[in-house]
Amino acid sequence: MKILVCISNVPDTTTKIAFTDNNTQFNTNGVQFIVNPYDEIALARAIELAEDGKGTITLINVGGANTEPTIRKALAAGGDDAVRINAEPHDAWFVANQIASYVKSNPYDLILTGRESIDYNGSKVAAMLGELLNVPSVSTAKKIEINGHEAIIEQEIEGGKELLTVPLPLVIGVAEGVAEPKIPNMRGIMAARTKPLTIIEPIEVNVVEEIRGYELPEPRGQVKLVNDAAQLAQLLHTEAKVI
Amino acid sequence: MSVLIYTENTDGKFKKSAFEAVSYARAIADKNNTQLTAISIGEVNANELAKLAEYGADKILNTNNANLKSFINQAYASVIAEAAKKTGANIIILANTLAGRGLAARLGAKLQAGVAEGAVALPDQSDNKFIVKKTTFSGKAFALVELTSAIKIISLTANIYPAVSNNKTVQVENFTVDNDPADFKTIVKEIVRSANKVSLPDAEIVVSGGRGLQGPENWKILEDLADSLGAALACSKPVSDAGWRPHSEHVGQTGISVSPNLYIAIGISGAIQHLAGISAAKVIVAINNDAQAPIFKVADYGIVGDALTIVPQLTAAIKQKIVA
Ligand SMILES: Cc1cc2nc3c(=O)[nH]c(=O)nc-3n(C[C@H](O)[C@H](O)[C@H](O)COP(=O)(O)OP(=O)(O)OC[C@H]3O[C@@H](n4cnc5c(N)ncnc54)[C@H](O)[C@@H]3O)c2cc1C
Ligand SMILES: Nc1ncnc2c1ncn2[C@@H]1O[C@H](COP(=O)(O)O)[C@@H](O)[C@H]1O
Repeated sequence: MKILVCISNVPDTTTKIAFTDNNTQFNTNGVQFIVNPYDEIALARAIELAEDGKGTITLINVGGANTEPTIRKALAAGGDDAVRINAEPHDAWFVANQIASYVKSNPYDLILTGRESIDYNGSKVAAMLGELLNVPSVSTAKKIEINGHEAIIEQEIEGGKELLTVPLPLVIGVAEGVAEPKIPNMRGIMAARTKPLTIIEPIEVNVVEEIRGYELPEPRGQVKLVNDAAQLAQLLHTEAKVI
Repeated sequence: MSVLIYTENTDGKFKKSAFEAVSYARAIADKNNTQLTAISIGEVNANELAKLAEYGADKILNTNNANLKSFINQAYASVIAEAAKKTGANIIILANTLAGRGLAARLGAKLQAGVAEGAVALPDQSDNKFIVKKTTFSGKAFALVELTSAIKIISLTANIYPAVSNNKTVQVENFTVDNDPADFKTIVKEIVRSANKVSLPDAEIVVSGGRGLQGPENWKILEDLADSLGAALACSKPVSDAGWRPHSEHVGQTGISVSPNLYIAIGISGAIQHLAGISAAKVIVAINNDAQAPIFKVADYGIVGDALTIVPQLTAAIKQKIVA
């Protein structure tokens, strides 16, 4: 089984988000970049599924040279090789087209993405990839088993879950619960340095969206501290009018 | 040119988020002097379909093929794309539910359309542009995204736009499509829904617990509070990591983003990753025994004290209020 894991390079979760250039650019000054947390889970599951020679794992990232430390970090956790498509990830449509174009000439049985990326998070890449490759896509998997040529997936749905069976190949967006992220050991870190990383040039993609600016949420007012529960219930009822 | 709204149903019923999306789509159609068509897929009865007109749809396309009974994003995307073709829709709206997000993306790829997921306002159409405000960075900020494609897709965040009654008359048309077998490779074997559970992403009130509750055995008091308010339950990440609560309840940057009218954070410190998931909440209440906890910086109301004592008192007070 050939597994492709999509790796997105995102700001560390502790990042205080700020913008420059009249609120049109994300301020990356002092920002630490990490492997998107859901992609770590996807990779961890890929490693489990490929165990005992049952598969190979390729990591793929659409990004500039600046994302290589993140790709190496992911490789330190596992995976056989990596591909970087050398372009700024303009949006999910652009990313999905780049990855789809690669997959069309390098087929995989299983393509894993994260449920969403925690930066421009749209939960879009998995479904777009599925559509571009004309294969099924599952957006929010909580459990993934592979049985021969079939994936057995538990997916989160509104107020519950559903059990799906889907033939390979397919694209799965991985949510929490699928696996525990693997913490790289020293051997992994050493090995990651020499794992093959292929750089390929992007294809042209039509532009469907442009970010024109950013806004930060309105700062919230001073907290009103009260002494007892009855008073709180009263305020929520009469002042905030939310109950 | 027209507007199409896909209205998701759960076991034949539309949820509030679907009606909100209809009203939102109605406002966009009015702005553009055009028609609003709703497409419903699955088994929904005439009474329920009529509600779509009540909230503003001019016309309803009803697709009720046996093989489309359960949601398969690939197959549903094909039906909606056909409906868009039939109605000449250039703006397509969905509710930003768990299913809606993946569906919007799949549809976007099919129609080469820009997708603004998680919109929090009506599009700004001044200067012949089409700019949608949506959350980004997991709720830490908003992006103003211009959709430049011919067809534009928006999924609407819950509790942002009120469902308003428009009282249109119903006009339902059965809409059938030829199914492509390639769309039906996914088989839904089983659906398990917890009865009467308020779903977290579109809940109006959320009661959320953190590590300050000390253990899963103390969740009973949160359940009682949630019951008294008709609220959904949520938690912080360490709580779900420890297995006290399911992962699906974890709110924050790496969990669910919620947009309720009221978010009650109990025994939650207010780490930046947690706050990312609640930035769209209208009113935040914090109950925490540490007056210095960062949650009080974002809370509108708070009580400094022991959750195990305060929560039952709050439940009792609320029951009195609601009865009174
Ligand atoms: C990559 C990454 C992603 C993350 N993503 C998320 C995320 O999406 N969501 C999330 O929530 N966290 C996330 N976190 C974790 C986050 O950093 C915090 O650790 C977490 O939010 C803290 O959870 P907590 O508030 O329940 O626990 P604590 O921080 O331990 O806070 C417990 C609070 O309870 C109070 N308390 C204790 N006893 C009582 C009592 N008897 N009565 C009342 N109050 C009491 C304490 O004063 C304290 O403020 C993430 C972390 C990382 C590294
Ligand atoms: N630039 C990228 N390169 C590779 N994979 C990506 C990239 N951006 C997003 N992805 C993948 O798509 C998933 C969902 O991203 P999104 O649709 O942006 O929320 C991520 O978890 C990644 O697995």
